[in-house]
Amino acid sequence: MITDTYTVFWREMVLLRKKFKSFFAGSMVSPLLYLLSFGWGLGRNIQFGTTSYLDFVVPGIIALSAMNASYNATGASLNVSRLYYKTLEEFLAAPISVCSLVLGNIFSGCFRGLFSSVIIIIFSYLFGAHLHLNIWFFVSLLLTCFLFAALGLVAAMVVNSHEDMSRFATFVILPMTFLCGTFFRVEKYPPLVAALVQALPLTHSAVSLRAIALNTGFPLVSLLVLAAYAAVLFALGLWVTYRVE
Amino acid sequence: MIEISGLCKYYKEVKAVDHLDMTVQEGEIFGLLGPNGAGKTTTMRILTTLARPTAGKVYINGREVSRRERRIKNEIGVVSQTENLDVEMTARENMELHGRLFKIPVQERREQIEKLLAFVDLTERADTAVGRFSGGMKRRLMIARALLHSPRLILMDEPTVGLDPQVRRRIWDLIRSLNSERITVLLTTHYIEEAELLCHRVGIMNKGKLIALGTPDELKKKVGKFVVEVPNHNETEYHVCEERGEALRYASAMQKDIVIRESNLEDVFIELTGRKVGD
Repeated sequence: MITDTYTVFWREMVLLRKKFKSFFAGSMVSPLLYLLSFGWGLGRNIQFGTTSYLDFVVPGIIALSAMNASYNATGASLNVSRLYYKTLEEFLAAPISVCSLVLGNIFSGCFRGLFSSVIIIIFSYLFGAHLHLNIWFFVSLLLTCFLFAALGLVAAMVVNSHEDMSRFATFVILPMTFLCGTFFRVEKYPPLVAALVQALPLTHSAVSLRAIALNTGFPLVSLLVLAAYAAVLFALGLWVTYRVE
Repeated sequence: MIEISGLCKYYKEVKAVDHLDMTVQEGEIFGLLGPNGAGKTTTMRILTTLARPTAGKVYINGREVSRRERRIKNEIGVVSQTENLDVEMTARENMELHGRLFKIPVQERREQIEKLLAFVDLTERADTAVGRFSGGMKRRLMIARALLHSPRLILMDEPTVGLDPQVRRRIWDLIRSLNSERITVLLTTHYIEEAELLCHRVGIMNKGKLIALGTPDELKKKVGKFVVEVPNHNETEYHVCEERGEALRYASAMQKDIVIRESNLEDVFIELTGRKVGD
């Protein structure tokens, strides 16, 4: 099973190596834009208590970039491979377990998500941010990548056209980008909206990454929520992949 | 080798496969012939676990086919109708991926890949991205890939669709040479010639049902050995005759230009359904 998972992952890496330059350049564009506009442009002179807005917003940008990179890695490529190139058939007809197929794809999504996040971390240091990084920071990041890669996989297996795939992103991914405490605190919302936003996974990615990066306490609840989302979406991924035709 | 009993696959209102029963014997080339939409591809997809049957059972080598049954997948090679190769990867990388998926040990994998690329005459293009291949080259690579794990049974869905006549003959030669090594082949086709010249036994499908089954000769005997084609305005009337003398007598009674020929599987299909395979 580990071999099979690695085989699925290996194929993704072969493809990634072939378009590494465009992947690398592509992973830098949106984080750079966010850092420039929110970190420098908007937040230059804003102080959040004792922290600068830049320090506040960088964990949020990391969370949403990890989300976008992981979700797109599995979502876009699996959907195209299922509906257009039909290369998914090769994996379904092969003697590998559904679990290996799902995990291999999720890990490749995680790899891309982590890669993008590391790029932002490097950039944010260049922009002058101060982040407190430890093992829990990377655990939160990994859980974020895992759950959104799994979400992308579920969407790719269920959605039956490329147009609906981008519609799904517009209705699910895009709102999270702006609502989930990436650029400001969720507590600023009216209570009802805040409760709704608290149910979304990206909120907990932003909260836990920020709590660790700013060293403001251990985000146990958010980490548990992320783990629960990851487990549920992984199980859902297994189920839809087993049933996909 | 393959046993199909009571197989049904319904999509909402459409009965893609409707109570199909048939068996494929070890060592034969079996052809499923029928027009587009007859249920051939759906049958193939069920055999390769890409689709689940609504009802009925499929056994390959005595084991029931399901996505969880991994041993069966080791025993069959699949050449699907769509060119499901990774276009960004080279021919060799595509083979390598397949070899890894089927867990062929490294040394054996490398040797087999070189051998099979030579077998389908792609050695010189082994490191070219598949996106730059012609249709015939892709099809040959798919055949090589399906053979990599040394299956005893090959399933081919429309193996020559959309290929030039000479490329088609080349694929036929490949299929024959596989079969001469005792590999069983089940293929689907909507080309009369392909079923007639290549297959030992042919099952004719129409609207999800198997409507005839036998060797090409047996099937043709059912309609009669000769056919007289009589043009009638824009259509052609077919008159089937049991023997040459009858055909000649019928023909000589006609005032128009006529064609006398031996019957083929198209005539069998028309006789059974009232329409042509290509319609």
